[in-house]
Amino acid sequence: MGSTIKRELLTNEAPPKLMVDRVTKFFHSKVGRIQALDDISLSLKEGEFVCLVGPSGCGKSTLLNIIAGLEKPDSGVILVDGKVVTEPGMDRGMLFQESALFPWLNVLGNVLFGLKLKPNLTSAERREVAEFYLQLVHLEQFKQAHVHELSGGMKQRVALARALAPNPRILLMDEPFTALDAMTREQLYTDIQEIWEKRRKTIVFVTHNVREACCLGDRVILFSPRPGRICDEFQIDLKRPRDINEVELARYATQVTQALKSHMLNRSEVGL
Amino acid sequence: MIRLLKMSTFFLLLLLAWELVYRMHLYSPVLFPSPLSVGQSILDGFADGSLPEGIYITLRRLLLGYLISLGIGIPLGLLLARFQLLRDTLGALTMGLQNLPSICWVPLAILWIGQNEEAILFVVIMGALGSVIMSTQAGVQSVSPIYVRAARTMGSQGVHTYVRVIIPASLPTIVTGMKIGWSFAWRSLMAGEMILFTLGVSGLGHILDMGRELMDMPRVMGVMLVIIAIGLITDKALFGRWEALIHERWGTSKA
Repeated sequence: MGSTIKRELLTNEAPPKLMVDRVTKFFHSKVGRIQALDDISLSLKEGEFVCLVGPSGCGKSTLLNIIAGLEKPDSGVILVDGKVVTEPGMDRGMLFQESALFPWLNVLGNVLFGLKLKPNLTSAERREVAEFYLQLVHLEQFKQAHVHELSGGMKQRVALARALAPNPRILLMDEPFTALDAMTREQLYTDIQEIWEKRRKTIVFVTHNVREACCLGDRVILFSPRPGRICDEFQIDLKRPRDINEVELARYATQVTQALKSHMLNRSEVGL
Repeated sequence: MIRLLKMSTFFLLLLLAWELVYRMHLYSPVLFPSPLSVGQSILDGFADGSLPEGIYITLRRLLLGYLISLGIGIPLGLLLARFQLLRDTLGALTMGLQNLPSICWVPLAILWIGQNEEAILFVVIMGALGSVIMSTQAGVQSVSPIYVRAARTMGSQGVHTYVRVIIPASLPTIVTGMKIGWSFAWRSLMAGEMILFTLGVSGLGHILDMGRELMDMPRVMGVMLVIIAIGLITDKALFGRWEALIHERWGTSKA
């Protein structure tokens, strides 16, 4: 019995790791009901790196929050491995624009936070895992440091280690590098690609920086605002690791930017 | 070090000026004693045991009343932060009562409870409770939602989020409130002890007031100095470590 089911699974194409199925979301504000997301469908394979790009207010962060389980969609569902998402879970790690590190804990304590919620680990094992991830983000010598002693880039690295430590299969990143200076950001592009390569995560990365999206994503998905819709999609066929300054990459970025502009323009002509 | 030197020089000069004014005989020595006689009075108080006993009684009342205030105030503050209904009712009441100087509770305490320890404790608790409740509530409500969101994505929920995220995140505000509560408790206790005498036990406030009755100015000033010293020492001893810890973790500057 069991073996036949297995064979069937193997012959089929790998099921999507993450599926966004016709998600719609409204917000209620003083001016009335605003539609943040309109019928969004999206499918990610295991290990895929997808970037969501769009101007601010296009609902891409809202979509990420819904995938994380922090917000509920008004209609539609999120499926992870075919299971409906109803609340946040350890299978999905998240990184925010601000590092959101806890100042009452030191660096190691922050990385241990999620690990302590995983059952069946001894404290020695937890410590080992935490130190492994701090090493992965090159901050092992700062494990006893307080949060305020770190630079912006270091904070984001610790936040990355903290999100990775419970070993989620999916990593959700909400403009994590926006608040950093250009030099630090470029270093982090290298780091995140390296970590993605090593740990094989499925990543959804939200940004308004087209070049950043083209540098990191296997696919770049374009959002248009009010209501948030997917308006275009680009496959980025460049070998990795990519450097943000590559000429080829710039060509992709130009293409995406032009598409973004034309979508914005079309909409303003229609009067939206 | 230099700051300490400047500070001690200032206080030394103050003492010298005091002694000088005393020696100029501008005021009656009965009303304006020399610093030396004040010091002597403090020493006498320690020698005959009245001051150590007074300090003991006062500190015992203070600690007991304060701990009860924390025991009631912190849980209430947490509940207030959680429920809008409680904020609109109990919160509004607390806010209103905060306007009442704690000495105003003394007549009520005497009539309701009597001339006893419980009445004094009641005054101390009523003085300290409000600020503990209000700052606990404010601390919890001002916790940045990003911490809670981050914790939830790591699998934290319910009680765990409350104990591991919300309470530690609001600690700076809660400790500030505890500190204000402490100084309110101290002031209320002195007011209580000066008006409300209980038979056979005299706290510092009572000793101070007895000094007035006996026209014993050195004792009045001596006890005042002891009260100041105790206030300073207990504040440092109780909150110094906490504040240092919070400053270190949060990276806020030392005041």
